[in-house]
Amino acid sequence: MFERLYRMLVKEFIQVLRNPRMRAVLFVMPVAQVIVIGYAVNTDVRHVPMAVYDLDRTPATRDLIARFEGSGCFDVVRRIATEPEIQEVLDSGEARAVLRLNRGFAEALSGGGSAQAQFLLDGSDSNTASVALTYASRISADFNRSLLEQRFSRTAGVRLDAEPIVLVSRAWFNANLDSRNFFVPGVLAMLVAVLTIILSSMSIVREREVGTMEQIMVTPIGRLEFILGKTIPFAIIGLVDVALIALIAVFWFRVPMLGFPPLLFLGTGLYLLSTLGVGLFISTVSSTQQQAMMTAFFFMLPAFMLSGFVYPIANMPKVVQVLTYLNPLRYYLVIIRGVFLKGLGLEVLWPQMVALCLLGATMLLLAAGRFRKTMS
Amino acid sequence: MMETVRTQALTRRFGELVALDQLTLAVEEGEIFGLVGPDGAGKTTTMRLLTGILEPSSGEAWVDGLHAVRDAEAIKDRIGYMAQRFGLYPDLTVQENIDFYADLYEVPKAGRSERLERLLAFSNLTPFRRRLAGNLSGGMKQKLGLACALIHTPRVLFLDEPTNGVDPVSRRDFWRILYQLQQERVTIFVSTAYLDEAERCNRIGLLHQGRLMACDTVDGVKGLLKGSLLEVRCESPRRAALLLRAAKIGSVALFGDRIHVLAENADRGRSGVEAILRAEGFVCHGVDVIEPTLEDVFTSALPSGAA
Repeated sequence: MFERLYRMLVKEFIQVLRNPRMRAVLFVMPVAQVIVIGYAVNTDVRHVPMAVYDLDRTPATRDLIARFEGSGCFDVVRRIATEPEIQEVLDSGEARAVLRLNRGFAEALSGGGSAQAQFLLDGSDSNTASVALTYASRISADFNRSLLEQRFSRTAGVRLDAEPIVLVSRAWFNANLDSRNFFVPGVLAMLVAVLTIILSSMSIVREREVGTMEQIMVTPIGRLEFILGKTIPFAIIGLVDVALIALIAVFWFRVPMLGFPPLLFLGTGLYLLSTLGVGLFISTVSSTQQQAMMTAFFFMLPAFMLSGFVYPIANMPKVVQVLTYLNPLRYYLVIIRGVFLKGLGLEVLWPQMVALCLLGATMLLLAAGRFRKTMS
Repeated sequence: MMETVRTQALTRRFGELVALDQLTLAVEEGEIFGLVGPDGAGKTTTMRLLTGILEPSSGEAWVDGLHAVRDAEAIKDRIGYMAQRFGLYPDLTVQENIDFYADLYEVPKAGRSERLERLLAFSNLTPFRRRLAGNLSGGMKQKLGLACALIHTPRVLFLDEPTNGVDPVSRRDFWRILYQLQQERVTIFVSTAYLDEAERCNRIGLLHQGRLMACDTVDGVKGLLKGSLLEVRCESPRRAALLLRAAKIGSVALFGDRIHVLAENADRGRSGVEAILRAEGFVCHGVDVIEPTLEDVFTSALPSGAA
C-alpha cells in the first residue's frame, strides 16, 4: 500500500516538475499574478480627477477650490471656461467630478446669506462616486464651519471652538483602512483555488484521454491509493504556493500578519481538501480534459462571486446567502483574513475549520466513490 | 491440461450494439492463442472483459481459475496486459515507467533489479533506459509495454493488437520474445487483425461482429474450408473475377492479379472456370489447386456466416 502510494507520488511529481511550462504555471505564475493583482485590487478612492467651473473668481471661491485640492482626494485637472465643457469632461472621463460656482457666490456669503455650489459626479462607478461625495460633503462642512466661526467672532465677539458632538473614530485591525490589506489575502485564496482545481480536474481525465488509465486499471492499485496519489502532490504544491504568496503579501505589500502563521497552513490544508475534492470530482465525471476545464470554470466563477471576496455576503439575498454555506472559499476567506489582519486563533476560527473539513471530506469521498477501475 | 482462460457465453452490449455475443472458448496453459478478426469484431472488448476492466452484460469468464468479475482484483496480480493504445507515460523515461509498474505490482525488492536488467536486455531497451518513453520508436514502445506488462512475472499475458503499426523487423523481434515466454509456460492471449500473424499462434479464434466463427489450430481452421481452393491466373483478372462471380461457380475472391475460387470439387471446378473464361475470350494461363491461407478462410467463410 505504502510503496504504491509512494511511487504514485514520485510519478506525479516527476510529471509535473519535468515539464518547464508546468513549473512556470505552478510557481512563477502565482507569484507574478499576486504582485500584479495586488497593486490592482484597491478600492481606495484618492486623487479623483475633477474639473472646476468658477464663474465668480473671488477669494471665497479660490478658498473652497483650494480645500478640494488640499484634501488629497481630488486633483483639479482642468479649469473650465464654458458651460458645454462640463458635459465634455464628464463624457470623456477626463474628470469624474465637476465643481460649479456661479457668479455672486462670494457676494451671497458676505451678505451673511447662503450661497450654492454645484457638485456634479460621474455616477457610473457608484462606489467611487459615493466615496467622492462623502469627501466633498466633508470639505464643504469644514468650509461652512470656518465661515461660521468668522461670522460669529465678527458679529457677536463669541468664539466657537467646541462642537456639540465630537465623534472619535478608530479602525481596528486595519488602522489606515487600506483596502489592499483586505484584498491581498483574498487574491491568495483565489489563486490557490484556480491552481488546485484546474490541476486536479485535469489529472484523472488526462490519464483516461492519453490512454494511460487503461494500463493503470489492470494493476492491483487500490482506488484510494490512486485518488490519494492524485491529491497529495497537488496539496503539497498548493501549500508551497500559499507560503510564497503569503511571503509576498507580508514583505512586499506590507499586509500585517498578526496571527500565528502555522494556523494559516492548517486552514490552507483543510481548504485544499475541498478544492482538490471538487477538482477530482470534476475529473471523474468528465470524459475529456476540455469538458473538465469548462466545468471547473463554471464552478469557480460563482465560487468567487459568492464568497465575500469582493461583495459582502451580508448584502446578498437570503437564498443566495444559504448557498454560500456550500462554498469552501467563504470559510477560507474568514480564516486567512482573521489570521492576517485580526490575529485570530483557533478558539474563534474553529467553526470555519470544521466546515472546511466536512466539505473537503465529502467532496473527496464523492470523487473516490465516482472513480471506478473499469472502462466506460 | 489446465485451462488458463475460459469463457462461457460471455456477452457485452453497449446500448443496442452487441459488441461480444455469447463467446465460449477455452485456452490452455502455455498456449499462444490468437483472437483474429477485423476492426470492430469485438477483440478489444474481449480483452477488457478478461482483464476485469469491463463488466460483462451476461455470461462468465475465468482467468487462471479466478472469476473475472468476482475476483477481478485478484486476477490483476496474475496477468499482464498491453492495451492496443500505448498506455505508458510518455513523459517518464523507460526506466521510470518500469519502476512505476514494478511498485504498483509490488514486485519484491529482492531480485527486482536482476529482473529489470533481464527485461531490458531481452527487449533490447538497455541502451535507451534514460530515454523518455514518448521519444521511442513504435516498435520500441511496444517492447517497453511488454516489459512493463511482464515485470511481475504474470501467468497470463493479454496483448491487444500488440504489433499494430509496427515495422516487420520489430514485429519479428516481438514474436521472438513471445516464443521465449512460451518456453516459460506463460499463456499468451493475443489479438490481431493481421492474418500472417495469426498463423504464428498455436490456436486461433475467428471473431466476426462479436461472434466466434471458428476456434481451432491454424490448420484446423483452414480445414473448415469445404471444397478445393483454385488459383486462377488469367488476363484482366478484375473483369474475369466479376464474370466468375456472376456465374456462381463458388466463392470468388481477388488476390492481386490472381483469382481464388472455392469449388466443391477440384476437377469440375477447374473445367468450369476454364469453360467460362474461354467462352468470354479471356486468355487463361492456368488453374491450380492450392493450400488455403487464413485469408481464404476469412473471405469465403465470414461473409456467408455474417449474412
